[in-house]
Amino acid sequence: MTAKMYRVLTRGLLLALALFFHSAAAQAFAIQEVKSPGGITAWLVEEKAVPLIAMTFGVRTGSISDPPGKEGAADFLSAMLDEGAGGMLSSEFQAERDALAFRMSFSADKESFTGSFQTLSRNRERSFDLLRLAINQPRFDAEPLERVRQQLVLNARDRAKDPQNRALIAWMKQIVPGDAYDRDSGGSEETIAKLTADELRAAHARIFTRRTLQVAVVGDIDAATLGPLLDKVFGGLPDGEPVPPLPAPRPAAGPSLRVIDVDTPQSLIVFGHDSILRNDPDFIPAYVMTEILGGDGFDSRLTNEVREKRGLTYGVGFGLSPMDRVGFMIGSLQTANETAGQALEVARAEIARMAEEGPTQSELDEAKTYLTGSYALRFSSNAAIANQLLGLQQQNLGIDYVSKRNSLIEAVTLDQVKAQARRLLHADKLVVTIVGKPQGLK
Amino acid sequence: MRLRFLLSALLFLASAPAALALDVDVSSFTLDNGMEVVVIPDHRAPVVTHMVWYKVGAADEPKGKAGIAHFLEHLMFKGTPRHPAGEFSRLVRANGGDENAFTTQDYTAYFQRIAKERLPLVMELEADRMQNLVLTDGNVLPERDVVKEERRQRVENEPGGLLSEQIDAALYTAHPYGKPVIGWMSEVAQLTRQDALDFYAEHYEPGSAVLVVAGDVTRDEVEVLAKRYYGPLNNRRPFAERLRTPEPPPVAERRVVMHDGRVSSPQWQRTYLAPSARQLEQRKELALSLLGEILGGGTQSRLHQRLALEYKLAAYVGAWYSGDNLDSGSFVLYAVPNPGADVAAIEKEIDAILKNIVDKGVTQAEVVRARSSAIADATYLLDSQEALARVFGEALTTGQSIADVMNWEKDMEKVTAEDVTQAARTLFDARASVTGLLLPEEAR
Repeated sequence: MTAKMYRVLTRGLLLALALFFHSAAAQAFAIQEVKSPGGITAWLVEEKAVPLIAMTFGVRTGSISDPPGKEGAADFLSAMLDEGAGGMLSSEFQAERDALAFRMSFSADKESFTGSFQTLSRNRERSFDLLRLAINQPRFDAEPLERVRQQLVLNARDRAKDPQNRALIAWMKQIVPGDAYDRDSGGSEETIAKLTADELRAAHARIFTRRTLQVAVVGDIDAATLGPLLDKVFGGLPDGEPVPPLPAPRPAAGPSLRVIDVDTPQSLIVFGHDSILRNDPDFIPAYVMTEILGGDGFDSRLTNEVREKRGLTYGVGFGLSPMDRVGFMIGSLQTANETAGQALEVARAEIARMAEEGPTQSELDEAKTYLTGSYALRFSSNAAIANQLLGLQQQNLGIDYVSKRNSLIEAVTLDQVKAQARRLLHADKLVVTIVGKPQGLK
Repeated sequence: MRLRFLLSALLFLASAPAALALDVDVSSFTLDNGMEVVVIPDHRAPVVTHMVWYKVGAADEPKGKAGIAHFLEHLMFKGTPRHPAGEFSRLVRANGGDENAFTTQDYTAYFQRIAKERLPLVMELEADRMQNLVLTDGNVLPERDVVKEERRQRVENEPGGLLSEQIDAALYTAHPYGKPVIGWMSEVAQLTRQDALDFYAEHYEPGSAVLVVAGDVTRDEVEVLAKRYYGPLNNRRPFAERLRTPEPPPVAERRVVMHDGRVSSPQWQRTYLAPSARQLEQRKELALSLLGEILGGGTQSRLHQRLALEYKLAAYVGAWYSGDNLDSGSFVLYAVPNPGADVAAIEKEIDAILKNIVDKGVTQAEVVRARSSAIADATYLLDSQEALARVFGEALTTGQSIADVMNWEKDMEKVTAEDVTQAARTLFDARASVTGLLLPEEAR
């Protein structure tokens, strides 16, 4: 076997894969709620076939909690946690990590901070030791701090030019102007340049508390062994104070259009408006409706009209994107500059048509069959399952959600999806951001 | 033929009870029509990964038809008499499956992930479109536009993609690997329905296909199904060896420099021609893999230690060997300079590091470290059914064997520091290299 660096072209978006863990098709696999002696809770799926353990964990404090002028602190923190901890300098920590072959990474999103950890069973104890050190006693030594700062400055420069990133940030500025959501999670070159070790320590103190900690563990470990490990890793974290809530976002209604002129052959078009939160009582029928309209891996209406029939794009998607404080309905596509106006109009017309007519019975039936049948495919590896389980916890969906999710989808009726289409789709109020040199705009 | 792929005994005998050892019982057989079948049981869940790999890729395209292999991959979803356009995907979805396909220089693969009870369905569908594809301009022409948008999205809208294309074109002066899989825009724009059908008839045969089934199956189950669905297919053409214009021995060092206003910071890359995996005995091929790991495979690597830590010249560095192609492999090194760092200085230091390896070799400690890292990666790989299936598909369509995959770890244990050093000495020939620079817009 050789390192895999081939160039491949896929037909569409590669979809997540899945396994589930019981032979009875309707049953979900067994998730245990494990409570450690010290009171840390984790969801555990035992799977002994492969000798490794995957753990994903997160807290509900993310980059929007970076203080003004310190944007990028959470992201910088995420990059520093493998750069020295406890009595181990960066080089020593990394050498031992590599010798143990465990994988550890962290990520700051707008509203959460997550960690991913995988270890081989045989190195479990020592790997968890180092994870504990990384989480509890990061060093922020000067040499790695400056080295990582340079990486982050380069990342910020890259984001500032990247059409996807520019489009999303600009779209957020249009739809929730002045809100923390319109910030770049990683900060700007200017703010990154000024962050100090103390400010990163403050970010660490702000983020690493038990208050909103959620954990998912999948693999070659049982509850009795896991409990003490949870305490070892997380038990020393402070309880944490509640964070004062940010002012409620006030979404600006469309229609609006912003073009960011960039000399590049394709236009990247982002379009949408505000929408429901995850805990909306009609979220499931709304979700099914948006999958029919613009879901991935689907012969969605948008894919059929924009891609299949007219050849205007390699990929178009549209769907619900609920954040904590407000929900969005958002989609995007890329098309040659010459066809930007046309592609946008086709997308808009399809959104309008769905709002007016709703899905057909056969579309609904097909969507339900696909969504229920393929649900299991999301749970494709220890790491993937751990990610899914953390996601469910973060959305407050309950430990039995995996086993009841399909029946929720099955229960959706035609009247419901039609009602959600009427309620939630506003083709005449789209907030649109385009990066490129679009032609043919109305 | 039944082979046992045991995770290294060394890893488990020392401490772990037998329950933790993972056995992957890979079986293989060949149908009468020449179709090779690989079965990888994985009983963790009642799901299968069903993959058909055709031994054809962009490097097999006729002159003037760049992009036809990939275009055909798109068109394979456009219907047969029994299952008209869109029905293939609809049936897969209706049975709760996910699907996709991909094209490379040397192979084109189609796959589904689906409940195990539906394996007969996807076999029937895949066998049907292997020989019964029907195309009309009504579905070909819009899809050609889709491919043009795909090219724009991946290449023309992406400076890094444009540079990669230029590097490949410079690296391979005669061999078709110098032509991009997605094709040149001018040729893609002219591809016709007939071009696709001709390429399809020429290359899509059971005898040039490999079936990989991973998941909740047994060898016997798969054999019964494969014989039922793929067995009746006949080869319509005699098997033709895949002959591509060989790349002549390189005589000139090449350099490609691209300035683009969309680039935020400079990036440096060098690619060396290398043998492909099938052109080397496995031990020598693994020596190249380990060389990549030692040079640029992580924070303990030479590039990271010198360029990132010691000289503080580079923010990101790496190196790897890639050999899963039929006719040629490559060895790539890259570096992203720190803000304000001089790219020329980075290149000079990298050349010095390469010279050092050539002159003084690698150490046994480096080999041991790199090897154990590679072996650990293999454990993580076992966690993903699809990744495991791909390993076999790639091997068999690029001239390697199941035995190569099964013996990987055993052969890895045999690689010595001298092997790695020798590999470096053969590899680092400037004449066989292209150095590529991606730079922001030039100051005017």
